[in-house]
Order: sequence, then C-alpha cells, then structure tokens
Amino acid sequence: METLKAEKKEKKTKKQLRISGAEAVIHCLLEEGVDLIFGYPGGAIMPVYDELYKFQDKLTHILTRHEQGATHSAQGYARISGRVGVAIATSGPGATNLVTGLADAQIDSTPMVCITGQVPRHLLGSDAFQETDIVGISTPVTKWNYQVTKAEEIPTVLAKAFYIAKSGRPGPVLIDITKNAQFDELDFSYEKCTGVRSYVPEPSPDVKEIEKAAELINNAKKPYIVWGQGVILGEAEKELQDLIEKTGIPAAWTIMGESAIDSDHPLNVGMVGMHGNYGPNVLTNECDLLLAIGMRFDDRVTGNLDTYAKQAKIVHFEIDPAEINKNVKVDVAVLGNAKETLKLLLPKVNKNSHDQWKAEFDKKYEEEFSTVIKNDLHPTKPGLTMGEVIEQINLASEQKAAIVTDVGQHQMVACRYAKFKQSKSNITSGGLGTMGFALPAAIGAKMGAPDREVVAVIGDGGYQMTIQELGVIFQHKLPVKIVVLNNDFLGMVRQWQQLFFEKRYASTELVNPDFVKIAEGYHIQSKRVSKREELQGAVEEMIRSKEPYFLEVVVEKEDNVFPMIPSGASVSDIRLK
Amino acid sequence: MENQWFTISVYSENSVGLLNRISGIFLKRHINIESLNVSKSEIEEVSKFTIVVYTTQDWVRKIVQQIEKQIEVIKAFYHTDDETIYQESALFKIASNLLFDERQIQNIIKESHAQIVTVARDFFVLAKTGRRFEIDEMYEKLEPFGILQFVRSGRITVSKAKMPITELLEEFHLNN
Ligand SMILES: Cc1ncc(C[n+]2csc(CCOP(=O)(O)OP(=O)(O)O)c2C)c(N)n1
Repeated sequence: METLKAEKKEKKTKKQLRISGAEAVIHCLLEEGVDLIFGYPGGAIMPVYDELYKFQDKLTHILTRHEQGATHSAQGYARISGRVGVAIATSGPGATNLVTGLADAQIDSTPMVCITGQVPRHLLGSDAFQETDIVGISTPVTKWNYQVTKAEEIPTVLAKAFYIAKSGRPGPVLIDITKNAQFDELDFSYEKCTGVRSYVPEPSPDVKEIEKAAELINNAKKPYIVWGQGVILGEAEKELQDLIEKTGIPAAWTIMGESAIDSDHPLNVGMVGMHGNYGPNVLTNECDLLLAIGMRFDDRVTGNLDTYAKQAKIVHFEIDPAEINKNVKVDVAVLGNAKETLKLLLPKVNKNSHDQWKAEFDKKYEEEFSTVIKNDLHPTKPGLTMGEVIEQINLASEQKAAIVTDVGQHQMVACRYAKFKQSKSNITSGGLGTMGFALPAAIGAKMGAPDREVVAVIGDGGYQMTIQELGVIFQHKLPVKIVVLNNDFLGMVRQWQQLFFEKRYASTELVNPDFVKIAEGYHIQSKRVSKREELQGAVEEMIRSKEPYFLEVVVEKEDNVFPMIPSGASVSDIRLK
Repeated sequence: MENQWFTISVYSENSVGLLNRISGIFLKRHINIESLNVSKSEIEEVSKFTIVVYTTQDWVRKIVQQIEKQIEVIKAFYHTDDETIYQESALFKIASNLLFDERQIQNIIKESHAQIVTVARDFFVLAKTGRRFEIDEMYEKLEPFGILQFVRSGRITVSKAKMPITELLEEFHLNN
C-alpha cells in the first residue's frame, strides 16, 4: 500500500514535469535567474508568449515598440548589471530586426541571449510565411547560434546559450526554436551548463608571461596604461586601481573602459582615440612601455597602425587569444581574465612613482584645456555647447548617474566630459556606433539598476531612430531622464563634411518635429531650453524628478568636436582645432 | 610577407552551421579557399576540416585564431606543405581518339603514374593522386591535347607533428 502510494506520487511529479517546449523555455529562463525579458510577439513565437502570460508573476516581459529596441534594452540591462540580457522575437521580420543589436553586442562583447520563433520543422526551407534563415543571417554577428527543432533539445541548448553568452569574452547568442518544438512535450529537467568541450572561455594565465610583464614594468621610465572594457567585464576594477596606485603609472581608457576607475583619480589621465584627450593620444608615441589591459586596439583608438607606439614595448593583457597580434604586434601577451592576471601581477611589481612623466600628461592637459575644454565647458559665445550640458549633468547628479549615449558628436562630448565614481556607468555603442542605441539601452539600464539615476544623452538624429521606445517609458512610468542635444544636424557627419568635404552638407540638415510635443503625447514631463541661464535649473529639475523626464537642449548648430585624429592619421597628429 | 600555400586543419564538433561560420571568416577577409575537405577524423564524433589557402603567414595565423575562437571548434592548426603529408586527387576526361592518335599521351600516362579508370567509345578517364604540383604538371602536359573535363579533390593531410586532440578532450572531461 505504502509503496503503491509512493509510486503514484512519483508518477504524479513526473507527470508534472511533462511540459511543452514553450513552457520549458520559461522554466529555463527562471532557472538561469532571469526575471525580465524584452520582446515582441508574433505567430511563430506565440506558444512561448502564451506561457509568458501564465508566468507573468515570475517573469516580466517588456513589450518594446520594435525588436531592435528589445535588443538594445537587453544590452543596456546587461551592461549596467553584468547579467545576461534576454530578447525575444518572432520569426521572419521579428528575427531580422534583431540583427543590429546582435552585431552591436558582438562587437562590444555584451552578454545577451536572443530567442526567436521559427516556422514548424516540416516547413523549413519551403519559403513559408515569415520563414527566414535567421541562423544563417546571424552567424557572423553571434558568438554562437543554434536552431532547435525538437522540444527535448530546449533545456540543454538554453543552458548552453546562457553559459556561452556570459563566460569568457561575453557575447550574443541566438536560439531559433521551431514552432513544433514549442508545442511538443518533453520530460523537463534542467542542469546548468558548466563547460563545452570544444570551448575554452578563459585561457589560464602563464606565470612566465606575467613575470616578463612585471620586469618590463619595473624597468620602464615612461610606462603608460590603456585599459578597455575587459576590465569592467572581468570585474577587475579594484585590481587595476591597485596596480596603478602601486606603480604610479598614468592610465587612460577607451570609451568602452570608461568608468572602471574614478574619473577624478589623480592617475586617470583621460580618454584615448579619435576624439580622446590630447595627452593620452600624443604620449602614446612617447611612452617606453604600453600596457594594454582588456582592450583590442580598435582603429578608432590607434589611428594609423604604422605610427602607433612604435617606440614602446607593448604588453597585452587579454582574455581572447584571437586579439593577440591582430592589429598591433606585442612584445608580451598575458592571456587570461584581467582580474586574475592583474592579481598575479601585482605582487611582482615594485612600488614606484612617475611624477615627471605624469607631469607631461598634465602639461598636455593644460594645452587642451586652454584651446578646447575651456570653450566647451565655460563658453562665452551665446549658443549652448554640448559640453556645458554634460557638465551640468555631472553637477546635478553629483557624478553618480549612469550615462547612456547614442552615436555622434554628443556621444564623444559625453564620453569626454561625463564624470563617474562607479563602474559600469558609461553605456554606449562603441564598436558598432549604432545610432538609435541610447533610448532603448537607457530603458534596459534603468530596469537593470532601478536605484541608479540613468540619463540618456542623444542627438536629434539618433533619437528619431528608436523614438518609438518612449512608449515603454510611458507605459511603465520608468524614470529615465532623456536629454536630446538638438543641433538640427546629423552633427558628426556634418563635422566631417565641413572638415573633409568642403562644407558640402549633403543630407545632414534635419527638419525636426516638436520634440517636446512628442514627449507630451506620451505624457512624459518635458522641457526645451535654449538659453544658458535656463540650463542649470532645467537639468536640476530633471535630475530631481522622480518621473520620466524629457529635456531638449537647443545647442549651437555647427560646433565641432575636438581634439580629433583625422582618420588614417597618427595619434601624435591629433588636432586641437 | 610573401604568399605561400598553407593547410589549415580544424578539429571540430560535427555541427550543421559550422561550415557557414568558418567560411564567413575567409569571406570577411577576401581570402579564397583553394580547397576544402570535410571528413570524420581519428576521434569518434570529431570532424576534421582540411582547408588550403594561398596567403601570407600573418593572415593564416589570424584566420586560424578566428577559427579556433568558434565555440564548436576544438582546435585549429596551420602548416606549410613541408610540415604535412598530403594528397590530392584529380580526374581528367579526355577524348578516346587521342589515346590512339597521340602517342605522347600514352607516355604522359606512364610517366605520371596515372590510372586509367575507364575507357568508353568517346572518352577515357585518368585518375591521378599526388602532390598539388604533380597534378598541375600532368594538367599542363595534357592541356595541349584538349581536356574534356577536369576536377580536383580537396586536399587531405596528416601532419608530421602530433595533434593532441584526444589529450585536449580528455583534459576537459577530467576537469568537468
Ligand atoms: C544606424 C546608423 N546610421 C548611420 C550612422 C552614421 N552616423 C554616425 S554619427 C551620425 C550623425 C548623428 O547625428 P545626431 O544623432 O544628430 O547626433 P550629433 O552628431 O549631432 O550629436 C551618423 C549619421 C550611424 N552611426 N548609425
């Protein structure tokens, strides 16, 4: 009798685990700790949406207004929280609308899992309604992708998806699930993925290489650190700061690495790259040792490779072996997770200071200040500059806000002048330069860190690429602060036309709508300012607001961003005007 | 840096999309795949791609780094021709009358150690297995007489050095 009962019970629990593929998808997400996803429904993903309806108390689905918005929101969420962002879409156009976000996440190493519906297995290859080969299309822009055609594959494939997205050098994964696999039943059990035999997420550090690096550091007269996002992704902020402080080495960042170290740290010398600071660029070609930490020598950082740091020994701390000697030949490559390698390095380096060398950065800063920064931050001309708006945001938010930027002049100005005290605070589309990124990414960032102040800084061009996501902010009363720096131009392109195409402003002047009215249409508190005396008050009001807030700042139409390394030029030929 | 012949060997999981992923790496860099062969390897459930390219050492190194980065690739190597034992096969289809009219053809067949696979009324077929240049030589010799069809197989290679794939896989199983 007892045994029979037990057996019956077991059968019952077993029976409970017999679920549809669609329900299994939800269980997998819950097992991975996901409580928020971004997406857009449609025919081929309806079974999963039906389950989302049933599980809405455990798993929140945010209906973005375009699938591209779902990917950027998932990215913003991932970038601020360090967790995997999840986006979901239907087959065909839903799936192809994910491509820009996938490419962005791929080049900026953002952990993201995208789930797409697909036509039933028996229709694959028949040009069925809304069939598109999203696995083929997304291959070059995903770290991994896979098409599930059988319900029983779902748990293992999704477990693998999350593992691959998050481990090693993170990246986007796309899982395409045919409709039959969503309807069919499977015996569900979940095991987290802890390894894939053909995949080494993190090479283990080689102590010999670390010793070589330490020796170079200990003997260098003019050592210089350039760090990138690898420090943030590897959560190696403290290790980097310890290294900088012990060795006294001046350190600069790529835009993807910004905020890893306090902007006001005395050894933080600023930004490298095309619109970076003067000293960090020029002195790249004067240091005797360049320590590149978690960065990949992007061409926007290096300028002309033939004249990049040729005089220096170069040490590359990097998690991805494929980055070694890809763009810049290095003398020592230290493979591994930056947190681990820097930790191993630290005891081997001597306590030191490089005051004289650091003074060269200060001198260059003075030069940049008097020709560029002063006019950007404390202008005397009547028109507002983008720089002074960023400065007001710094002041009003006490440098605590996370700044999410779009792409263009405002992005470069924001990265140059925004100040941060906390890591993971600068969220921008660095590698792909995706206009339209900021608004949805800010939504994701606010949802990933509800306690943080999130300010989106966007150009009037890029704003109109994903403006429909205002609907999400309105619907969820999400207190995102939106600042549109309106110059009535596609400013960055106009700047290039002015400098390199003799002011032929081909299709860069914008005829803009009334942005304040649009925000009002979404019942978002909003304001437009165009005068200096209104700016501070408006920014303070925006930051104080507990609600979503839209602030349009009318800025000077034809300002340029300087310094600038003209494309193809050397970092030492950076122009101050 | 000068262009030379390289053989890239890729050990991978046997997965559907991988060929697409790998060919994309070449596509992106405008590097032509001169020959491609996919087969099972000495290890159960492990596939082997053998890819021949004519490029510089710098490019082949970068390509192999990118290939190895793909999740389903276990390990990728590149070798120069000296570092491998390799073979390619080719078939030549030639008009039958030439076999009788052109004595030279018979000499070519003998000298090149080619095999006559079949002789029909209108054509005969020669098969030649060997190094790339041997097949090229035979092609050049036969060409003046007219070749009706020519096809060359993908290269198959074994390396002179050890390929520690089994060890890699064992190490994974020990750690997981
Ligand atoms: C999707 C996309 N299309 C085109 C571009 C090329 N592009 C780079 S910056 C820029 C102008 C951006 O103008 P706006 O959003 O007004 O910002 P501003 O430069 O004026 O600050 C353009 C068109 C891009 N980066 N992304």
